[in-house]
Amino acid sequence: MMPLRRFRIHQAREIKEAAEMLAQFGDKGRLYAGGTELLLAMKHDLLRYEHLVDVKTIPGLDKIELKNSTLHIGSTATHRSIENSPLIREHFPVIAEMERHVANVRVRATGTLGGNLCFAEPHSDPATLLLALRAKARVQGSKGERTLEMDELVAGAYETSLAADEILTAVAIPLSAKPRRAAYLKFQIHERPTLGLALVLELDDGQNIKAARAVVGSVSPKPCRSDKAEALLAGPRDKVEKQLPHAAKALAEAADPVDDLEGSAEYKRHLIGVFLRRAFDRALQRPTAHG
Amino acid sequence: MKLSFLLNGRPTEVDCEAQETLAEVLRARLDLTGTKVSCEVQVCGACTVLVDGLPVSACTLLAYEVRDRSVLTVEGLARPDGSLHPIQQAFIDEFAFQCGFCTPGMIMATKALLDDNPKPTDDEIIHFMDGNICRCTGYVPIVRAIKRAAAQIQQEKGK
Ligand SMILES: Cc1cc2nc3c(=O)[nH]c(=O)nc-3n(C[C@H](O)[C@H](O)[C@H](O)COP(=O)(O)OP(=O)(O)OC[C@H]3O[C@@H](n4cnc5c(N)ncnc54)[C@H](O)[C@@H]3O)c2cc1C
Ligand code: FES
Ligand code: FES
Repeated sequence: MMPLRRFRIHQAREIKEAAEMLAQFGDKGRLYAGGTELLLAMKHDLLRYEHLVDVKTIPGLDKIELKNSTLHIGSTATHRSIENSPLIREHFPVIAEMERHVANVRVRATGTLGGNLCFAEPHSDPATLLLALRAKARVQGSKGERTLEMDELVAGAYETSLAADEILTAVAIPLSAKPRRAAYLKFQIHERPTLGLALVLELDDGQNIKAARAVVGSVSPKPCRSDKAEALLAGPRDKVEKQLPHAAKALAEAADPVDDLEGSAEYKRHLIGVFLRRAFDRALQRPTAHG
Repeated sequence: MKLSFLLNGRPTEVDCEAQETLAEVLRARLDLTGTKVSCEVQVCGACTVLVDGLPVSACTLLAYEVRDRSVLTVEGLARPDGSLHPIQQAFIDEFAFQCGFCTPGMIMATKALLDDNPKPTDDEIIHFMDGNICRCTGYVPIVRAIKRAAAQIQQEKGK
């Protein structure tokens, strides 16, 4: 077996206490949630910490609630609890559906949303969908609180913009007043997806798309969107349908796919076209309120 | 660290260190070697055990996480008289293993599935069992065994 090096676990009782512990331990400490990523990296000796600060012991940090027309998902909510949340199933079925296909049952039962986003693994499904849904990240550190856009939180591959003592406390997703249609599709042959594509359409009525947001993830270091693609995805439905190949091209240019074990850049560019069309069809066939 | 938890229904206390995984504690400290360890990275499912009814990878989950919780391993399935659990029996009846290394994990994952969804469809079985890898059987007999176990459990409930 691959034994882990020795460390101590500290149970935080509140966010402020966790931030203080992290500030105190500096390089020797790290925040610990489900451990599904962190412990693997530590087993392989890619990361070494003497102190792990457990945030799952903070009461209420895993809460999923609706407040002021905004859905709040606490950072220690597990993939499983998000998938099964009645609130999420009602208001954002697209999130529940995405979560159902993250990793495997065991990782879903243990791994948290906060851990997924803060590890900033380039193949994260939630990071891609949440960027399309205009989610905001609520962050708290020993010096105070701030709110970040999703593409600010995830800075690059395995990199966030959080300071060492900052904790992601929740993800907040606005319920749009306008009728919205959304789809998240992924293509996967190995342990992690080759591509994830999220599309959110705001409709005036059945035939006119007022605004669109399209995000492609997994193909490059971080989830990516393109103003040009989104402009091509708005307008009368028939027209947008004809423009899909151009929108896919713009999205692929912005994402600038990389060659890796999941596929070549060229293959991924091709997949963006295929999956943008599928997501478009899927989104428009799905008559749900918000997602 | 002194760890107390319920292990296969029995209150258990064990000394261990924070960095020990649940698999290490079960296998090395408690001599319960039914839980297998293979990939060690949460991919294969050989190490599947249930914590408060949910499947986890014991190869990576810290033993620390089961404090005051209930853990079920493959050793805890047989009935007090020694007769096998219907899931175990179904795996035998359907020849759902060859080398048997994946089997304890398969059986525990099946337990979690059937506790939550007593009559799963084929698609639901495949979706749930997706993270349990078998290099011998080709999965078909495993799916059959799960369906047989489901039927058997339903029948026993009906009695
Ligand atoms: C086999 C396998 C398959 C997977 N497949 C997929 C997949 O298909 N799609 C996908 O999207 N993901 C996938 N994942 C990733 C999975 O979603 C993450 O492992 C999990 O959600 C991480 O959460 P955790 O609580 O275990 O994080 P941890 O391992 O505890 O933490 C991960 C990192 O985030 C930091 N952190 C954790 N919480 C916070 C917080 N609140 N604030 C600040 N920093 C924090 C930690 O310090 C650490 O650096 C897979 C993982 C595995 C092991
Ligand atoms: S040994 Fe734990 S999942 Fe493979
Ligand atoms: S029976 Fe050999 S791996 Fe499944």
